[in-house]
Amino acid sequence: MTTTALVFLILAVALVWGGLAASIALLRRDGAAVDDEAGPGPDAEDPGTAPRR
Amino acid sequence: MTATHPAPGPGQPGHRPHREQWSGQLGFVIAAIGSAVGLGNIWRFPGVAYENGGGAFLIPYLIALLTAGIPILWLDYSIGHRFRGSAPMAFHRLRRGAEPLGWFQVAISCAITVYYAVVVAWALSYTFFSVTLAWGDDPAGFLTGDYLQVADPGISTQVVPSVLWPLVGIWVVTIVILALGVQRGVEKANLVFIPLLLVMFLALVVRAVTLEGALDGLNAFFTPDFAALRDPAVWIAAYSQIFFSLSIAFGIMVTYSSYLRRRANLTSTGLVVGFANSSFELLAGIGVFGALGFMAAQSGVAIEDTTYSGVLLAFVAFPQIISMMPGGPVFGVLFFGSLVLAGATSLLSILQVISAAFQEKLGWSPRQAAIRIGTTAAVVSIALFSTTTGLPLLDTVDKYVNEVGVVGSAVAMTLLVGLVLRRLRELQGHLNDRPGFRAGTWWRVLVGVVAPVVLGYILITGMVSLVRTGYSGYPTWFTTTFGWGTIGLLLLVAVIMSLVSWRRAPGEFVPEEIPGLHRSGRRGETR
Repeated sequence: MTTTALVFLILAVALVWGGLAASIALLRRDGAAVDDEAGPGPDAEDPGTAPRR
Repeated sequence: MTATHPAPGPGQPGHRPHREQWSGQLGFVIAAIGSAVGLGNIWRFPGVAYENGGGAFLIPYLIALLTAGIPILWLDYSIGHRFRGSAPMAFHRLRRGAEPLGWFQVAISCAITVYYAVVVAWALSYTFFSVTLAWGDDPAGFLTGDYLQVADPGISTQVVPSVLWPLVGIWVVTIVILALGVQRGVEKANLVFIPLLLVMFLALVVRAVTLEGALDGLNAFFTPDFAALRDPAVWIAAYSQIFFSLSIAFGIMVTYSSYLRRRANLTSTGLVVGFANSSFELLAGIGVFGALGFMAAQSGVAIEDTTYSGVLLAFVAFPQIISMMPGGPVFGVLFFGSLVLAGATSLLSILQVISAAFQEKLGWSPRQAAIRIGTTAAVVSIALFSTTTGLPLLDTVDKYVNEVGVVGSAVAMTLLVGLVLRRLRELQGHLNDRPGFRAGTWWRVLVGVVAPVVLGYILITGMVSLVRTGYSGYPTWFTTTFGWGTIGLLLLVAVIMSLVSWRRAPGEFVPEEIPGLHRSGRRGETR
């Protein structure tokens, strides 16, 4: 491979897969808070889908 | 904890039907990645990147991901999650008159699902063909002659048995998974299929890049052509690739996000899904160009003469490569098996869009919806696409539905929410009222201004090209009937379904309040 192609391969991998790693880290940090807060109660039913009477 | 009073039972006044949910954030992320990663990631991205600047394509591609892909993904998430419904329900709750846009998205999903299943069935057949290298010395002749028995463009009733049976198999499996519901069916299937896809595809890429000549292929793929960046067509190609590969603007992400818990993180999840989709595309580019480099070296031709995309890449070029390489059958099973898994998870997500819409509109259970919708779609799919005219018909419907239907839906959605209803501030508040990456004013600008301008340009230039030159040399009567005719049919379905009464009233829904913001999106009017 030429040096230029190699540099662009490394750059592509670093930016795209690095972006994925960073966003997973962000989600893991924030996700823990979500699991703590979320309860099964109100989410289990849809307040807007009562049968039409 | 639980309620102190027993809830009203089914049929009793005040009974609220149970709404399905993902088991957690991971289940949703995996399913959303499964939806985004599809056939286009494997067979479209490598060719598009190579033809539009090689390594330099990375620049417009990443800009398109960050300025259009992820912002529209967040728009889909915010609509589905805030209004907690399928696309028609969510748009109805956004504004009653917006329901037809939701049904247009469902109609697009109907059109895509009937032909997408056929391509997955082809990949399933080729997984088995790989074992014996059934295509012999002439993969192109085998595909169009022996396997598909392609006739001239038109409508044939002559069913091709070798396509029919794998197609029936794909539909049976898909209907069973769909009938099990969101958590036990779609989520569990993705939790098995996506890791399996990743392992298989990684093995394939490792094998591809260790083949003789693979480095020449990678050299061609990553060598930048900076002059290409001055060509507007390259930027349009980048925005189109991001847009088509992320499964946005035709109801999938609206539907999927409606099954998330109320406090779920939407923005960081969108970043993970967007980057995961692009990561898989990059992996596919490395694997495909490694393999094409090997083919070029073996055939003694230049790499630029071996670059295919779409059906030709998967079902003609790859069989050639598989025949040439040591251990070809194993490589073939990995490649076509990956196509089956990537296609199946996307197919499930598209069907879920339709299933959820009919469940809510007509009061069907998930099982009823899966059986009724799945069976109808299977019959249409078999009748139209397992025949000798299946290939030209599929090619035409795919072109018009994507370039006119899906892009038109995205333009309509961004204009409606941003310009007509002016609800972007409310949706931004919804995104920011839960954990995750903050959507700033820049998000409203990207969704309300940049996206409709860029996508509007893609839509208009695409439509002008289709009107002026038709498509792929097919007769005008054929493209008019099955291309524009399909678009007309989608619009008709959207209008008719919007006129049908809701079995479950969507209007009683009240979206949650956002601190500092009125429900309608106006600032400082919180009650």
